[in-house]
Amino acid sequence: MSELLKTPLHALHVSNGGKMVPFAGYEMPVQYKDGVLREHLHCRKYVGLFDVSHMGQVIIKGKNITDVARSLETLIPISIANLNEGRQRYGFFTNVSGGIIDDLMLSNRGDHIFMVINAACKHADIAHMREHMAGVEVELIENRALLALQGPMAEKILSNFNINIKDMQFMDISTINILGVDCWVSRSGYTGEDGFEISVPSEKAIKLSEALLKFEEVKLIGLGARDSLRLEAGLCLYGHDINSDTSPIEAGLLWAIQKSRRKGGQDAGNFFGEQRIFKEIENGPDKKRVGIKPLGRAPMREETVLFSDSAGNENIGKITSGGFGPTFEGPVSMGYVSSKHAVIGAQVFGEVRGKFLPALIVALPFVKANFKR
Amino acid sequence: MKYTEEHEWLLIENDIVTVGITEHAAEQLGDVVFVELPEIGDLVSKDESICVIESVKAASDILSPLDGKIIEINEAIVDTPSLVNDDPSETAWFFKMEASDMSPVDEYMDEAAYLEFIK
Repeated sequence: MSELLKTPLHALHVSNGGKMVPFAGYEMPVQYKDGVLREHLHCRKYVGLFDVSHMGQVIIKGKNITDVARSLETLIPISIANLNEGRQRYGFFTNVSGGIIDDLMLSNRGDHIFMVINAACKHADIAHMREHMAGVEVELIENRALLALQGPMAEKILSNFNINIKDMQFMDISTINILGVDCWVSRSGYTGEDGFEISVPSEKAIKLSEALLKFEEVKLIGLGARDSLRLEAGLCLYGHDINSDTSPIEAGLLWAIQKSRRKGGQDAGNFFGEQRIFKEIENGPDKKRVGIKPLGRAPMREETVLFSDSAGNENIGKITSGGFGPTFEGPVSMGYVSSKHAVIGAQVFGEVRGKFLPALIVALPFVKANFKR
Repeated sequence: MKYTEEHEWLLIENDIVTVGITEHAAEQLGDVVFVELPEIGDLVSKDESICVIESVKAASDILSPLDGKIIEINEAIVDTPSLVNDDPSETAWFFKMEASDMSPVDEYMDEAAYLEFIK
């Protein structure tokens, strides 16, 4: 096995008692001394600081930004050309069969598109863009760390460094001077809480983290709580809840495909997988991603098979993410069931250790989002 | 007190054995969120999986350390799974069993050997 990569914050994790594990080729903290449960609850109440430097930060440039946007729109079925400067949007690369290659955040930064992609997919995503976009320059940024500051007090904390962040709305992005360096700050995240993602030059990452951690409201949060936070927020984890077989329509991500890219829209179609995606928008997909709330206390984890009946006769789908929701105070899962069974309030049964345990199909999220809109 | 390689502790009083998990095991598991216990009267065999513990991270089994019959279970840890993290060595015992064959106990570790084992 090749050696694990380290983020610019590696030493900080170790000195703060981070339990380091391999993740997407990096050595990352799964938790610190407090453990997943307390870290999760802390982030929902105060502020969590996450190192997400393993994710890919990419700059895409071309003749002009419209050119870049139009090019990207052939790979990503969302509207990019009409995204205003200083705004961010959620999207995904699709393949020819309408599956999802990766999900991402992209923003209009005036003269270029800035994109954040999943760590495990970043090299493949970049190769994909280079292969299919002519006259466009795709650069992986390797000299910046990415921090996420998430939680209801994130604005209060970050405004100590630069008051201008108070003017940012959910999904705004801006260059903000923090401790004398230009950071690329977006008001977004992966927890369902208000918060910011801060791209900072690698050599300043520890200094900034330590300055943030001086506030007693701010605690380091590991990947374990990052996962339970996003699960309660109903957000997809690539490679689990979405993959190269699942379409955005099956995944319940139609909201991310603006009307202008759908059939009849002014920039309709002309993206990979258009045939399947349009067909599924029109006729409905065969299966749908849903929230699943186990009625007992046993968590139903990834790969748990779901049945329509308590005898386990009719297999209707499976769980793709599941665990315990510390804020929800109970087990929470999401997964796919055949569309016929994807009815809010319907009872299903998950096979756990040979028993068929009852669960309900529920609307996502489990914990309401707390964004600043 | 005796300890197994599965990180269980056994408190032995004649042929009645109280079983729990060690502090080391509780720490490794992380925050416990679900416990499933056997039923009183269950006849169990050594190394049979008879309890389930789920933490925020994963599910694990507890094996019966001996052959015998379950005579008491600790409902408190079913109601409040976090007790397993708070006090694994005492309050958060899992079950009591009446052993039908005590001979495997000789192979289990004493405290000094267990502390060496987890080093």
